[in-house]
Amino acid sequence: MTFGNELKEGVFISWGALRANKLRSALTTLGIVIGVVTVTLMGTAIEGLNRAFLKNISTMGADVFFVMRWSWFNHSYADWLKMRKRQPLTLAQIKAVESQLTLARAVTPVADYRAPIKYRNRTSNGVSVWGTTDQFMVTSGVTVSSGRFLSAEEADGGRPVCVIGADVATNLFQLENPIGKTVRLNQTALEVIGILEKQGNFLGEFNLDNRVILPLRQFMSTFSRYPDLRIEVKALSSAQMDEAREELRGVLRKVRRLAPGEPDDFSINQQEMIIERFNRVAGTIAAVGLFITGLALFVGGIGIMNIMFVSVAERTHEIGIRKAIGAKRRTILIQFLTEAASICLFGGLLALGIAYGLTFAVQKFLPATMSLTVVAIALLVSIFTGVASGFFPAWRAARMDPVEALRKE
Amino acid sequence: MSLIRLQNISRRYEMGSEIIHALRDVSLEIQRGEYVAIMGPSGSGKSTLMNVIGCLDTPTSGEYILNGISVSDMDDDELAEIRNREIGFVFQTFNLLARSNALHNVELPLIYAGVPSEERREAALQALRQVGLSDRVSHKPNELSGGQRQRVAVARALVTRPSIILADEPTGNLDSKTGAEIMDLFDALWRRGNTIILVTHEETIAKRSRRIVRILDGLIASDESLESGNGEALTPVLPAGRRLEF
Repeated sequence: MTFGNELKEGVFISWGALRANKLRSALTTLGIVIGVVTVTLMGTAIEGLNRAFLKNISTMGADVFFVMRWSWFNHSYADWLKMRKRQPLTLAQIKAVESQLTLARAVTPVADYRAPIKYRNRTSNGVSVWGTTDQFMVTSGVTVSSGRFLSAEEADGGRPVCVIGADVATNLFQLENPIGKTVRLNQTALEVIGILEKQGNFLGEFNLDNRVILPLRQFMSTFSRYPDLRIEVKALSSAQMDEAREELRGVLRKVRRLAPGEPDDFSINQQEMIIERFNRVAGTIAAVGLFITGLALFVGGIGIMNIMFVSVAERTHEIGIRKAIGAKRRTILIQFLTEAASICLFGGLLALGIAYGLTFAVQKFLPATMSLTVVAIALLVSIFTGVASGFFPAWRAARMDPVEALRKE
Repeated sequence: MSLIRLQNISRRYEMGSEIIHALRDVSLEIQRGEYVAIMGPSGSGKSTLMNVIGCLDTPTSGEYILNGISVSDMDDDELAEIRNREIGFVFQTFNLLARSNALHNVELPLIYAGVPSEERREAALQALRQVGLSDRVSHKPNELSGGQRQRVAVARALVTRPSIILADEPTGNLDSKTGAEIMDLFDALWRRGNTIILVTHEETIAKRSRRIVRILDGLIASDESLESGNGEALTPVLPAGRRLEF
């Protein structure tokens, strides 16, 4: 008997058996449905979380280095104490770095501060004020929705102009057109020359639209002579990130006059670090989440095994008949495995339908879509559950003695 | 060459600490085309003998040669194949699959034999026609009378063209009129060249055959050939060795 024939007969028999015990089949299927729904939703949610994060982090640019005194991720309190003692980067050092780098597309110093911004009698508090140069447009990838960004001349000359974020524009100006208007920062009057495109939140923490960008020289005269500067460096190509990073490090060490063997007194941060850190955390969450939801599926599998034992027991006589007229062990095994797998496959399909509906609810929080990968995995897992939990009962059926089996009614 | 050759067959069962000798050193030969009744009271070992002949059970000792092949030492799957190919069972309780219709029940042995579906269906319909059930092919067992169910079972036994049709009390669950009809069917099948072995405890049924083997306490008590009462030929119409042609 060919395998195809056996499978066909198996499907035929299991369909009959499932129909003959509708309530029982439905309850068993329910166990699998719950298991697969939870696993599928978990998978979808995790994927959504990842996608949300990566989309969010992409505003940073994968090919940008952020040089500062601090490393984004401190490993210990001792590290933090050491970093605290590092000397700030100076504007002269940054200029020197800029002139020596060959693998950089753009280099710009950045300093920031939190200050209220005023327009006529309106004030917006807690606005993030960034002092930088025209190159910031290249390193950060910001775009302006109206007006223009800082020009090189304005940056060099420290002109009293500024570019404002989308939220600042609506908060301060409401329906007025902000371009050409004058805002006040710390008593300094600045002319608004452009509005940034809406960018949203960064990691749900920092509102990128609540920003004011002005020339660094103007920033320094307004807020602080010696701000804690950082450097944003955009690499020439994302294919040469490692080389660019090494060159940047070398130039910085030279500019900061570090002797060979001395540790770096600066940190080069990258988007990659955040992703790495995130992946570690997300990986743990995913593993734990899938394990817990997997338990639900496991319980469903036990239900299948249980019901298959019952099914084998009450069909002992039928197994005897089949064996008497020539069914081999394999045939009986396949018959019951097919039955278990059918329950699970059916449950899996049903579960996918339900999970698909629930995905829309998840979408309220996360950019979740049910991917084909998740669908394929869910179906494979269901079939595997069926085969795995059906195997022991099926094996017992396959090994039955035909004489004994025929005697049972 | 004998179709069936049992040589010093013994079958023992262990029931707790007790050993039951169901068959003791039984030797028996049956030729192709014979019509044999195996008789004996319950507990005599006739069911065990039938199980051994039908390859449902293997002897504890002795050799069984069926159609030239020694089957006494075969494993489960090999026996299943032999049963499928060589033996057509007819049981007292019909033993049809309740959820399948007559056609599918008859097709089943051919499915296990790996016959392609077209051919399978054709052969099953043919067998059902032979037992006079052409108009009941899509009925399920519970929609058929006892006699009709047994006819389906006979069709299922015939469909693989086995060497032996092995019937275990085939009329036990039927009224005498239906039982007689089923026996007429067996007579007709024998006349067409099939080898038939009946297991029964009813003398009237056994008298239909041409040879009666009596079992008592696991031994063959007697083995007699019968003259046909109504003058029919002892030998089948078809020469021995010729298989039933549809």
